[in-house]
Amino acid sequence: MANEKMQRISLSNLEQNFLEVEQGLTNQEAIEESNRCLYCYDAPCIKACPTGIDIPTFIKKIASGNLLGSAKTIMSSNPVGASCSRVCPTDELCEGACVLNHSTKPIMIGNLQRYATDWAMTNGKTLFQPGQANGRTVAVVGGGPAGLSAARELARLGYEVTIFEGAEKAGGLNTYGIVSFRLPQQISYWEVEQVEKLNVTIRTNTFVGKDISVEEITENFDYIILAVGMAHVPNLGVEGENLKGVYDAIEFVKATKTGQVTSDFVGKRVVVIGAGNTAIDGATCSVRLGAENVKILYRRTEEEMTAYDFEYEFAKQDGVEFRWLTAPKRIIGDETGRVSGIECIKMQLGEPEKDGRRRPVAIEGSEYVLPVDAVVKAIGQTRHLQLIEEFGLEHNGGVVKVDLDTFQTSNPKVFACGDVVFGKGNGDAMVVTAAQQGKEVAHAIHKQFSVVGTVN
Amino acid sequence: MADLRINLAGIKSPNPFWLASAPPTNSGYQVQRAFEAGWGGAVWKTLGDPILNVSSRFAAVSFNGQRVAGFNNIELITDRPLDVNLKEIYETKKRFPNHAIIASLMVEPKQEAWHEIVKRVESVGVDGLELNFGCPHGMAERGMGSASGQVPALVERQTYWVKEVAKTPVIVKLTPNITDITATAEAACNGGADAISMINTINSLMGVDLDSWNTIPHVAGKGAHGGYCGPAVKPIALNMVAECARHSHINVPISGIGGISNWKDAVEFMLMGATGVQVCTAAMHHGFRIVEDMIEGLSNYLDSKGIASVSEIIGKSVPKYSDWGNLDLNYNIVAKINPEVCINCNKCHIACEDTSHQCIDMLKDVNGKSILKVREEDCVGCNLCSIVCPVDGAIDMVEVTSELAPMTWNERQAALSGIVECKADVTK
Repeated sequence: MANEKMQRISLSNLEQNFLEVEQGLTNQEAIEESNRCLYCYDAPCIKACPTGIDIPTFIKKIASGNLLGSAKTIMSSNPVGASCSRVCPTDELCEGACVLNHSTKPIMIGNLQRYATDWAMTNGKTLFQPGQANGRTVAVVGGGPAGLSAARELARLGYEVTIFEGAEKAGGLNTYGIVSFRLPQQISYWEVEQVEKLNVTIRTNTFVGKDISVEEITENFDYIILAVGMAHVPNLGVEGENLKGVYDAIEFVKATKTGQVTSDFVGKRVVVIGAGNTAIDGATCSVRLGAENVKILYRRTEEEMTAYDFEYEFAKQDGVEFRWLTAPKRIIGDETGRVSGIECIKMQLGEPEKDGRRRPVAIEGSEYVLPVDAVVKAIGQTRHLQLIEEFGLEHNGGVVKVDLDTFQTSNPKVFACGDVVFGKGNGDAMVVTAAQQGKEVAHAIHKQFSVVGTVN
Repeated sequence: MADLRINLAGIKSPNPFWLASAPPTNSGYQVQRAFEAGWGGAVWKTLGDPILNVSSRFAAVSFNGQRVAGFNNIELITDRPLDVNLKEIYETKKRFPNHAIIASLMVEPKQEAWHEIVKRVESVGVDGLELNFGCPHGMAERGMGSASGQVPALVERQTYWVKEVAKTPVIVKLTPNITDITATAEAACNGGADAISMINTINSLMGVDLDSWNTIPHVAGKGAHGGYCGPAVKPIALNMVAECARHSHINVPISGIGGISNWKDAVEFMLMGATGVQVCTAAMHHGFRIVEDMIEGLSNYLDSKGIASVSEIIGKSVPKYSDWGNLDLNYNIVAKINPEVCINCNKCHIACEDTSHQCIDMLKDVNGKSILKVREEDCVGCNLCSIVCPVDGAIDMVEVTSELAPMTWNERQAALSGIVECKADVTK
């Protein structure tokens, strides 16, 4: 195990550790695997895909050598299909539904999807054309998976779309939030580029409510789609949170994706607080930055953790240690104001909470101190409350209320999709779900416009 | 272990697996390697006046990623001098006296040419001769091979010329590039053939390259039709063997050729009337070593059936092969889907719905689980569903007892004509 880790992680060339881990299928592998697909009728994999990709069709097209057609089939259903081929929990979705689970082994749908989209990327293909302009304008606030998906779909329907993106680049979570050794930035950039080619304007470095006012947007566009996702990691609410060496996991991952691979972590001891997919990312990034020991602290148990099984497995392969039923009580600093340790307390599970998960309760007197050099916080994400309020939208603790059929908010001109409408306590929302919601919002707007058009 | 020896028109070999006349039997080196690997016999690559070959000679069809589903060649007969081949035949026979060496021959359709080559070849000790009336490419343009083999009179006359001088058994190898192979098979028998072998390769163009638009294969940008063989041709070959085997005027042993890749294929050919089989493509795909499994598999099969000698299975299925008019119109089978085995790919449903008789329904059981069900009253027993089903045992074709007595089309027509005659009598 130690040897394996040594081979995988270089301490001399940290950048190398952040290259994509999974190798794509070779041509030969893709041909063999695509020919293994049964081409089911009314296939369960299609139903298991939140975006409803016609999987047997795109696989058949790989087998026949029609890779352009294959990529189109994928991307027409899922505007971020190249990213999803890498980050979807396929064993819970398409591959989990493959009928071959009942006879031999499921088709590697994710890898085949990556093969076809990689081909389109490598060969610089433009997959879609903008629709004939219908004179309507849409502002999309947030250029993550949901926003891009909505914009792509609307542009194909002839809408003039402007995306307002706070960051330097669009792509959201795919560009900044998912570790580069799972999802390199160029994949997300390609998907953004596909949307831009449909004459969608993307105004980056533009925070709505700061760089441009909510009023201006509301006045100047026919429809508004709020797809701002979520914000930073909340405070732990413990002493020592402002010490040097305490990181927000989202920012921490983002730094590694934007070329800031620091050597500060080589040989260091890191703890990550939380056990969702972002916590796993924080931990595996730490390993790749050369940390000597990485522990995940979680106040509940393996049972309740929200990280995908394959992510959990990946972290274990990286040598990440897990401390279940353990909560931080205090972060301890040295005289220079740097983290030197963390005081933990043992927990036990009590009565179930509203979401059905048992409530962790501290065990009095079980405190102990772990000497550490860095603490990465990954206990969820806060919401863009201020912006939601500026739009004057009804919400429930930052979860914007929408009509489930029309995705309309309390302001009929404003629609919302993605994490901003995703309720609490349901684990992590998936990229693929956000993509689907973006499509649905686009179609809801178009349906409404078409009805209005008929009346006029 | 069952006795695998065969005796085909007097040619004896330790097992029924011979290498067909083709690239694998081009030289003494190769044939000796084959005998060491276990092959029972070899038909030496066709001897005649040495020819010139072209470069780029073979091509194959891949089907859904499976290599060499079909194979084709534009190679001609031996390009080595006759005396070199004869010397190597002599040496090989000396080293392997119990293995069968058959010389394949092709010369101009002239009596003296046939007489000369038969005498020369037999002088080095071959066990038999095979007349190549089947090669469809190149040699046919010069009036030999299938050009001879497509004309029954030429087949009969040339066989007769060979038989005038031959001391060893003469096998006539037939071309499938003909409407009715029994016509040429019968001609060979009339000429005195001791046995017939079939099939030679089928005229074929393997493909066209989508980028260069060249034929596959091509020789400096030009192509010509080749001879097709390999697993894809097996059903065609099996039918031709069976048609000859059940023909009342064709009463000589048959050496079966065409897509035989394993012991099971060999058993099928022998059940349909072949006394032995010849193999080429499978050896070209995998090497001579595949014969080990062929021998062992055949032996195990015979042992499991309690059959002492492979010769006992020859022709056992021939009486079961007949004309369509002799099939029972009142025999019925229907598809039965086993839900425990079914994996719900729905391929049977869509195949039946779109292209057959619309009798497989996609339903939900009481627990809401998807199930497929055959409406037996509408099922015609076509087998399509069980053919496309990817899981063994998920669909069985089950016989339904008929209330009607068996009746064939021929019987029905005979009965009807009887009624018509009766009516005619009445009106009279």
